[in-house]
Amino acid sequence: MSCWETVQAYGLRSLGIGERLLPRNDFTLCEQFTLIGSGMIWNVYFGLFALVSGFVLATALAVAKANPNPWLRKPAEWFIFIFRGSPLFIQFFFGYFLFLSLKSVHPFFDAFTSAWLGALVVLFFNTSAYSAEIFYGALHSIPKGDTEAADAYGMSGWPRFKRVIWPTMLRLAWPAYTNEAIFLFHATTLVFFTGFPALQQRGDALYYASYFADKTFNPFVPYPILAMYFIMLTLVIIGVFGLINRRLNKHLPQNQIRKIRLRPNLIR
Amino acid sequence: MGHFVIFACTDPQTLSGLSWLTCYLTTGKHLAFYGAFGTVLLLLAVTAPAAMAFGFGGAMAARSRILPLSWLGRGYIAIVRGVPDIAFFLFFVIALDQGIEYLRHKIKCPDWDEPLRQGSDFIVCQAAKMPLGNSPQWIHEAYGFSLAVLTFAIVFGAFSANVLYGAMRAVPHAQLETAEAYGMSPRQTFWRVLVPQMWVYALPGLGNLWMVLIKATPLLFLLGVEDIVYWARELGGAKTPRFTDFPHPDWRMWYFLALLVFYLCFTRVSEIVLDRIMRRLTRGQATAGGEAQRKALT
Repeated sequence: MSCWETVQAYGLRSLGIGERLLPRNDFTLCEQFTLIGSGMIWNVYFGLFALVSGFVLATALAVAKANPNPWLRKPAEWFIFIFRGSPLFIQFFFGYFLFLSLKSVHPFFDAFTSAWLGALVVLFFNTSAYSAEIFYGALHSIPKGDTEAADAYGMSGWPRFKRVIWPTMLRLAWPAYTNEAIFLFHATTLVFFTGFPALQQRGDALYYASYFADKTFNPFVPYPILAMYFIMLTLVIIGVFGLINRRLNKHLPQNQIRKIRLRPNLIR
Repeated sequence: MGHFVIFACTDPQTLSGLSWLTCYLTTGKHLAFYGAFGTVLLLLAVTAPAAMAFGFGGAMAARSRILPLSWLGRGYIAIVRGVPDIAFFLFFVIALDQGIEYLRHKIKCPDWDEPLRQGSDFIVCQAAKMPLGNSPQWIHEAYGFSLAVLTFAIVFGAFSANVLYGAMRAVPHAQLETAEAYGMSPRQTFWRVLVPQMWVYALPGLGNLWMVLIKATPLLFLLGVEDIVYWARELGGAKTPRFTDFPHPDWRMWYFLALLVFYLCFTRVSEIVLDRIMRRLTRGQATAGGEAQRKALT
């Protein structure tokens, strides 16, 4: 099989399209590149959707945590503490078995026991909690002058939040939020190691990498390939977030823009 | 009392309610489960100093004036960035095992002429197997555990190297110049001035790292150690009366809930302790935190 044929056969294997059986012996480099790359589709899917949906919840949580009203503040604090204080690995396990139990109560929860939805929900809550803490920190460091200026213009309530507080919060939080996004994409590799089944061997990049490592008993090929894909993904994230950062800070003098520093902390 | 419990638990069918639960939670397998919490704590106790040592070495190498050594240190720090950590775990556990066997093979069987990799197999001579095929079970387990510890130490060593490297650069330069003015050699400056002062700068980062390390301990499960995650899955699964005296439906959700609570308590306690240490270390330091403490006192 030529390399192009391999790509056609396995390029979308992680979605269940193409060849049904995974290669079993005489693994070529091309097969490893193709299958691990195919698994990246899942990593991007989980990361992207959790990030976008998490952004909304995180903003709400951060505002709630900064609110003086205890009925809003306490739930937000607990939510953030629970999801930041426990390992994501255990959260995945707990989530999976919780959905499994709920499934017997009501068929509505059927879809939640498969990775595409169940794991996404867990990741969504997790990233919301981490981002909310970042946004909350940013809310606290909004320069007093900004809010005073808003008051002076007679703004209050929603317009004040939308036009002054929220943009400033994002501007301050953006470098840390970029790191959070990078973590999140890395954390997606845990999904298929935590109970969520990879139906018909449709797994993510790490799933295929460890498949190859197990079969060939040679970790020195698949894991560096995986590393290469993830470094590329990380660079793309940094690029995109850098563009948004530029847009957020467009009005500032060019030398005042805070550069994004890459500081991934890994593991949650 | 202990005698009574053992006696009462011999016939679980007759039990109900709380006494059933008491007996259930003290079966041999449950005791192994509780022991696994000890494994987690042991891992933390061994890994934290080992990772610090790796980190210290890495940070020292990174700021070395010898260029290749500096590249090595920076490369070590940089390489763990950008790649998911669990890929590192899965990689190192096999790579270390094969590395050790390869070295032993080179030493013990120098006249072996077959290639080590034959198709999908990694073959070394019998004497180089690690652990030896005929060694007792506990050696196999201890070897697996030490591989896990070493893997953790390598990965977390890179993180702590990053933190310590930053802390070393955060020490005010005037302090080092003063040391030089007193005629200290670079080595003396490093050990007598830089190292004692860097901890206060390093502590927030190290505290963060400790939290991350706690939350990484369940990954032991992926390295093949029988840890709490292993036992929670094992014990929680549905049991029929045919196989056990204590049949129950699928309780894995509750077991993992217990683990979740365990980790929450653990991180909370760590947070409080770290906060105390930080306050103690800030005392009398020329930082914003130290200044705030002084003002609060007067």
